[in-house]
Amino acid sequence: MIEARALIKRFGTLTAVDGVSLRAADGRVTGLLGPNGAGKSTTLRILYTVLTPDGGEAWIDGASVLAQPLEARRRMGVLPHGAGVYPNLTARENIEYFGALHGLPRTARRARAAELIARLEMEPFADRPAKGFSQGERVKTALARALVHQPRNVLLDEPTNGLDVMAVRTLRRLLGELRDEGHCILFSSHVMQEVAALCDDVIVIAGGRVVVQAGPDELKARAGTASLEEAFVRLIDPDGAGGGP
Amino acid sequence: MKSIWRVLRKELRETLRDRRSLFTTLIIGPLLMPALIGTVIFMAIRHSGAASTGPITLTVAHAERAPRLLDFLRQYQVRVRPVNADRARARRLVERQQGPLLYVPREFGTRLAAGKPAPLRLYADESDRSVQGKVERLSTLIGLYGGTIARLRLVARGLDPQLLVPIALHPIDTSTPQSRAALTLGMLSYAIVFTMLMSGLYIAIDTTAGERERGSLEPLLTVPVEREHLVYGKMLAACVMMFVSLVLTVAAFAVTLRHIGLARLGMSANFGPGVAAGIVLGCLPLIPAGAALMTLVASYTRSYREAQTYVGLVLLVPTLPLIFASILGLQPRAALMAVPSLSQHFIIMSLLRGEPLPSGYVVISAGVSLALGAVLVYLAGRLYRRERLLG
Repeated sequence: MIEARALIKRFGTLTAVDGVSLRAADGRVTGLLGPNGAGKSTTLRILYTVLTPDGGEAWIDGASVLAQPLEARRRMGVLPHGAGVYPNLTARENIEYFGALHGLPRTARRARAAELIARLEMEPFADRPAKGFSQGERVKTALARALVHQPRNVLLDEPTNGLDVMAVRTLRRLLGELRDEGHCILFSSHVMQEVAALCDDVIVIAGGRVVVQAGPDELKARAGTASLEEAFVRLIDPDGAGGGP
Repeated sequence: MKSIWRVLRKELRETLRDRRSLFTTLIIGPLLMPALIGTVIFMAIRHSGAASTGPITLTVAHAERAPRLLDFLRQYQVRVRPVNADRARARRLVERQQGPLLYVPREFGTRLAAGKPAPLRLYADESDRSVQGKVERLSTLIGLYGGTIARLRLVARGLDPQLLVPIALHPIDTSTPQSRAALTLGMLSYAIVFTMLMSGLYIAIDTTAGERERGSLEPLLTVPVEREHLVYGKMLAACVMMFVSLVLTVAAFAVTLRHIGLARLGMSANFGPGVAAGIVLGCLPLIPAGAALMTLVASYTRSYREAQTYVGLVLLVPTLPLIFASILGLQPRAALMAVPSLSQHFIIMSLLRGEPLPSGYVVISAGVSLALGAVLVYLAGRLYRRERLLG
């Protein structure tokens, strides 16, 4: 379970995150939805302990990201934006390296890497150096790397960026499976269909603030519209100042 | 501790797979540099060696006019090659061929017999250094021959030949063979220190700028490992590369210089296995400081390319004292031994000269270098904690 209370993060004069509180439960896929620059990535980066908030607090399964960052990191797997891998290592070695850094013994990380390679359909490129990987192959490698220590919580920052249809389907299927196994999944996106197809809960974020947290259907009801996209637009821009139909 | 070791192993594995960086680290620096410097020294030896001891071929026009002089020269390893030529042709011959030409004018014999200065013309292209040496030797030999005639003339007139030698000057060269060689070998310590630092460059840059540019820094920071340990592992990997390159460079120098045979230059560069081991040990304390310095500088840059530029410039800082030391002819002092990299230069030079430094000096050098290394390593570790690192 991931919880955040009143997170604040400033970069100079810009307040990127302005009092974000949220909750992502186990066995559910929670989507962090918002336009570009809304503060989604910054929120996630605070949660996965790379940024320190200027105010507020967050917990991963009860471990404070501020007071016990190592404990918190142990309990989550992270797919950051961009998903960089080591070009001179193979996909398998990339995964096993992170297993080693998570403290898995050699046999355990070997077995776990093999399991993830099968599950993510990575066999054709698993033992090639990551140098020439396509975006899809890179994201799969980075995803397997994030899951190597079987984390209860999984955080993904725009995971479908640059993926083709097949790769997106594999990813969706995997996230669904992880949810059914009881994992807590929090991912950010600005793509409506993705959120609609996957999420049990939606957190709409705009201007560094949480606008609403609800299920997709509740969201539509609240905005008084049948389309999620329309609901989204009305929620982040209630006065319609941004134009529209 | 375990995670430091794991990071170290992964960094080395990656470096060993990267042919380009491996080539620079292990081939260009350690093998090419000694070969290059060796060749330069070798050419210098061949040039001066040939002029000072080897036989000289002297082309002589009208050899029949000075048979005794030529007999005298033949005793001193001068090969006489007679040609038929007038003065104009003699000049053209010198322009066409290398080596000096002696022209004996018609009046040589008569003037010699009359006790008047007998003219000789020595044509040579002195812009060629090897010809310069030959001309010097020939002038000395001909002067010697003239001196003998002068002494005989005085004796024939009942005078003591010593009258012609009012002053006897004896120049005494106090340089030992080692100290003469050291001048030529001055560039050697520069090459060793520079190559050593260069070899850590790739990993040092990769630790921050490289990881950031590839987008692998953020995932790395989400593993449950103290951030300092990640940097320590990476810097340790850079240290290993620097150490390997240092050993290779020193070994390559030892082999090259041994084959060149510096003894022919009147030098005996003292470069046995013992001295080589001493040089490696003397440079060892500088390694952590070098690795940490490059890591620190690279962390302030925005991209790999930028990092390469800046770290390349920073590499000049530790090598600047060496250049000043050579130009100013600095001698080791306790205060100067507290300057990292300069003190390593002094240690290398003293080992090559065969003039050991006081052991206190070596302790100062190692102590200060290691202390600087510790401070820089600590700072680099702290730096990895900062958010700004993400860029």
